[in-house]
Amino acid sequence: MDLFGAVWTWLTAAENWSGSAGIPVRLWEHIQMSAQATILGALIAFPAGVYIGHKRRFEFVAVTVGNFGRALPSFGILGLTYTFTLNWPGNIGFWPTFIALFLLAIPPILANTYVGVKGVDADTVEAARGMGMREGEVLTRLELPLATPLIVSGLRLAAVQVVATATLGAVAGWGGLGRFIVDGFSVGDDPQIVGGALLVALLAVATEVGFGLLERVVTPKTRSQRSAGGRRVLPGPAIGSEAGSAS
Amino acid sequence: MIRAQVEGQPYIDWGWIADHMDDVWTRLIEHSYLTFLAVAIGMLISFPLAIFAHRHRRSYGPIAAVTGLLYTIPSLALFAFLVPYTRLSVLTAEIGLVSYTLLILIRGVVSGLSGVPSDAREAALGMGYSRSELLWRVELPLSTPVIIAGIRIATVTTIGLVTVTALIGKGGLGFFILMGIDRNFPTASLLGSILSLGLAVLVDFLLVRVERLVTPWAHRERRATI
Repeated sequence: MDLFGAVWTWLTAAENWSGSAGIPVRLWEHIQMSAQATILGALIAFPAGVYIGHKRRFEFVAVTVGNFGRALPSFGILGLTYTFTLNWPGNIGFWPTFIALFLLAIPPILANTYVGVKGVDADTVEAARGMGMREGEVLTRLELPLATPLIVSGLRLAAVQVVATATLGAVAGWGGLGRFIVDGFSVGDDPQIVGGALLVALLAVATEVGFGLLERVVTPKTRSQRSAGGRRVLPGPAIGSEAGSAS
Repeated sequence: MIRAQVEGQPYIDWGWIADHMDDVWTRLIEHSYLTFLAVAIGMLISFPLAIFAHRHRRSYGPIAAVTGLLYTIPSLALFAFLVPYTRLSVLTAEIGLVSYTLLILIRGVVSGLSGVPSDAREAALGMGYSRSELLWRVELPLSTPVIIAGIRIATVTTIGLVTVTALIGKGGLGFFILMGIDRNFPTASLLGSILSLGLAVLVDFLLVRVERLVTPWAHRERRATI
């Protein structure tokens, strides 16, 4: 069986790279949808996380949303919103996909922002107040800069999950790269299934790597990390986990 | 028969649910079975790898990188890669589901083991424990809470992912979600989603109980000193 050859042929065929159902259009749809959902999710989750982490009020909200975010199947949200949004304007499948992705983006950003802001050393905050910093200054000049690596990490988790799950939008009739897989399933076109899967996987990995680089840029190097031989502490299975997706 | 959603019909058709209790039960069992199998096989693979990574620190980076890459691949894409080889089978579903548990489970075991206080380790070695006695009688019991925390996360994640396997003909409760979309019948989607969420919450709760049962020392209340 020469599946790889057939996949290569599919990926390089000129007709797959043009038209309204071509790879560039589907890729752009996928990226656009993912970006919109992640940005809107961040617009809600970030201020909420900052507020909860700074004021230490309604902390159960951040914890509960973080836990439910894992348990709630995004495929389920897609199914739930599908019928409710059928008569809404726009292309078929747009709204259920968008709503599912938007809801998916919130928990990691909220949890990481909350943990990051709250986790700033209490003595440091006291010292800042003692130096005469106002509340707003404590937040913008101390807590937010120190929380930035974790916040960006939350953004990465959200973005990768959203890009991965946007694939399911095709099931609800929306476009994106999942279209190739779902259509391939329905006609039994193996090269298209695998080719589409390859494109989706590459986009997800690229998102992970891209945000990972950003995370590295915003994370200040501490002395303990630079010195060789120091045993790196392994992160436990807590909220801000290492890799995004599995969705 | 399954009715289509028409104007004015209620979103939740209780009668339909009552008529399909047998289906609901079958799918619930299938969902639990697919989840259990994935986490169990995932643990069988993760456990030795994690012990290895714990003993040979340098191997943890590559192990985490490979399992992290697997975790990043969207589930539908991973199933799609496998379908030409293993077709629409339980094997396809399980290969995908197991791959997603590895990162979480390995990290759980490794961080549990590295959290063992060095005092306990040294005391055991001082008492003449061998390397394997140290592992089985000191390190593993002490890291059980963290390991079970990893199992909880892996299980809850897997329960959500099982719904996606509906697209390759399995799916457990995901079958109802897909039916809801295909036939524009919200009762089915709602049923599948709520039951899947409920199953995740229930199993998570049960695992917390299990953890308390097997590690009573980690939860013993501090008695007030009189």
